[in-house]
Amino acid sequence: MFDLTGKLALVTGATGGLGGSIARALHAAGAEVALSGTREEKLQDVAKDLGERTHVAPCNLSDPASVDALPGQASEMMGGLDILISNAGVTRDQLLMRMKDDDWETVIKVNLEAYYRLSKAAMRGMMKGRWGRIIGITSIVGVTGNPGQANYAASKAGMIGFSKSLAQEVASRGVTVNCIAPGFIASPMTDELNETQRDAILQKIPSGRLGTGDEIASAAVYLASEEAGYVTGQTLHVNGGMAMI
Amino acid sequence: MSDVQERVKKIVVEHLDVEEDKVKPEASFIDDLGADSLDNVELVMAFEEEFDIEIPDDAAEHIQTVGDAVKYIEEKK
Repeated sequence: MFDLTGKLALVTGATGGLGGSIARALHAAGAEVALSGTREEKLQDVAKDLGERTHVAPCNLSDPASVDALPGQASEMMGGLDILISNAGVTRDQLLMRMKDDDWETVIKVNLEAYYRLSKAAMRGMMKGRWGRIIGITSIVGVTGNPGQANYAASKAGMIGFSKSLAQEVASRGVTVNCIAPGFIASPMTDELNETQRDAILQKIPSGRLGTGDEIASAAVYLASEEAGYVTGQTLHVNGGMAMI
Repeated sequence: MSDVQERVKKIVVEHLDVEEDKVKPEASFIDDLGADSLDNVELVMAFEEEFDIEIPDDAAEHIQTVGDAVKYIEEKK
């Protein structure tokens, strides 16, 4: 439906379930995609699976210098960068009273600081080209909070505030900045829940089921499209009605 | 007019879409030429490319007029 032919995209966390779905969907819509993640072999597998119009750009997101350099590398591989999807994220769940400084710092660094660094490094080319799409994959818990995830929720809420500010700064240059906030999405992690846990979660979801990676990816394709050019500073919640904000 | 002056003028005219005779050395990008703060950032980016130099952020903050830009670039080159 939305055509991304000729657009050049960078997706972080592309070996993960969500990142993989997003990369696949952008690619299927016609985009050329640079896949980033920490595990090079897995990136190669995804690239091989997708075929042409793919590149592999491994990066350790907890290393600031590598993060700063990533958009430039992707841009060199593809001859530009039109779409940045900041999807990589980590969790270090723990009640605040038991949270270690390291749990806090790692989550803020990988989830929030990397988003700042990637956006900054990608912006120059986008501003010059008068076209760009920055999409941060945040989370429902960034808006609702969740016990045991003070660090994660703070990083995800931070992404939203960051996006709104940047969106205002660069809107006049044809660059939009938006977030997607998934709710509960089926993944290897949710597969491991037992029936009681599963039921407890499903009770909170009006749709009565978990979401799929493809449903998040579709939102990403829309926000990356030409048609979404008037949408900026928004957070698109894809959560089966679990929270209506 | 020096070569640097000429090239700076050309960039400013193109980027801010202003009349050439308004681009005087004392003209402030924001107050006289209608730039916003993001235009200033973009002008600095354009100068960096045109003259193949790096203009660090703290120096860029002090480039407020056409003359400031010319002076900085001539010193740097």
